[in-house]
Amino acid sequence: MSLFWTIWISTITLIVVLGCAVLLRATSKNNTGVPEGEPMPHTFDGIQELNNPLPKWWTILFWFTIVIAIIYSFAYPTFTANYNGLLDWTSADKDIKSPQESKLRAKTSHSQYQREMNLAEIKYGAVFKKLAYNEDGSYKSFTHIANDPEALKVGQRLFLQNCSMCHGSDGRGNRGFPNLTDNDWLYGATESAIKTSIMQGRSGVMAAWEDILGGKKGVREITSYVLQLSGRRVNTLEAKAGKKKFALCATCHGENGKGSYVFGAPNLTDKIWLYGGSRKAVEATISTGRNGVMPAWLDVLGEDKIHLISAFVYSLSMKNN
Amino acid sequence: MKHDLIERNVGLLAILIIIAISFGGLAQIVPLLFQKETTEPVDTLRPYTALQMEGRDIYIREGCHVCHSQMIRPFRSETERYGHYSLAGEQVWEHPFLWGSKRTGPDLARVGQRYSDAWHEIHLMNPRDVVPQSNMPRFPWLADNILTGEDTKRKLEIFRNNFGVPYTDEDIAGAKEAVVGKTEMQALIAYLQSLGHAFR
Repeated sequence: MSLFWTIWISTITLIVVLGCAVLLRATSKNNTGVPEGEPMPHTFDGIQELNNPLPKWWTILFWFTIVIAIIYSFAYPTFTANYNGLLDWTSADKDIKSPQESKLRAKTSHSQYQREMNLAEIKYGAVFKKLAYNEDGSYKSFTHIANDPEALKVGQRLFLQNCSMCHGSDGRGNRGFPNLTDNDWLYGATESAIKTSIMQGRSGVMAAWEDILGGKKGVREITSYVLQLSGRRVNTLEAKAGKKKFALCATCHGENGKGSYVFGAPNLTDKIWLYGGSRKAVEATISTGRNGVMPAWLDVLGEDKIHLISAFVYSLSMKNN
Repeated sequence: MKHDLIERNVGLLAILIIIAISFGGLAQIVPLLFQKETTEPVDTLRPYTALQMEGRDIYIREGCHVCHSQMIRPFRSETERYGHYSLAGEQVWEHPFLWGSKRTGPDLARVGQRYSDAWHEIHLMNPRDVVPQSNMPRFPWLADNILTGEDTKRKLEIFRNNFGVPYTDEDIAGAKEAVVGKTEMQALIAYLQSLGHAFR
């Protein structure tokens, strides 16, 4: 902030504070020539005004605010952005230019915001440490956490706040948003797979196949075969024709249609359907493709919280199996 | 100055009142108009694409800013839920800014990339489908309205020429093509997904 603006702000502030003091002093004196309590020489619509002084308590209060204003201007950053006042106070680091700079500054900053964050870290960081970590500093296993009611409660709260919008408050998901309570995992049931899904996000892309399969007929045939895989009764001729074309699908869903954790390709032989199991829904999936996106949460939540959420999610499917 | 004079001349009284109340603005607001912190973009800020710009206008048209703020204050209670606090440097290309003043729904300053496009579409068609307790209205017509891109080029030009947003000539030349035929739903989702990108 340039010297000009410092002078600008200081001058105006000074004028206002001193102006108030001068005004107050002037109006505290009786310069009307009329003794206190006597009627003034004018009337308004027949109403007479008595020359009463300003109330004592009000005048004292006004002087008090002037004194406070002066103390306040020196205690807090009043005159320039370059000086934080005698208390060295800032609300937050508002001159940062990038997320990296923000992280860097947070380490040494003592803004009001950062102090609040640091206090919370002392208070709640210990709680998360206790719930999520072993004594040797490694993360507790999911099964360990799943048997700790307190940790599960924290995991559940975090889940409700951050995950329930898509996966539902009971974790049963929605069309296009996976059910987390069943035993079917798109990317595997390992701890690292579940955590990676939440931390880095996932992109489950199914291409549109209608043109490659040769139009509606090809889609119908594949659909029949896929439905047959999961034990549904279908037109066997169609299914047979579909089976020949299934090599195209096998790249991701595997030879036997059991899916692949690497691609996040669903198992087609079970009765679990992410986008609906009706013939119409499956045909739509095959002909126009699907684009499932799990957002990345690491920057939002941090790994400790994600560990507890992951363990909670894991416990949901344990409960049901 | 005699009280008599001021009290008997309403015009003079008004002028003196304006002078008195302008002191605060002169000391608090005017210097901000000339500070780097409030006039220079942060390093990571990107201008809106043509589609996002159209989405932003739909956001304004539908009055989203009446129930959703775009201003995360530097308190832990806010940043825990919404992400990094908002900075003036993120807002220098916002004309008008959409900070809002009331949160009937949550703050949206950093809603971008928090949900998938598919989620936004379901949610805008009928919020109850994904958030049962939501009181947000439905916006199903967004999926039917097709953008013509008639004014898109002009909008980008105005933002470049009047507000100094660094659009290239190619951006402006391709503006109409980038949005024509897209639904308003797609534009609004593109805008929502861009929100808060500078500090994520």
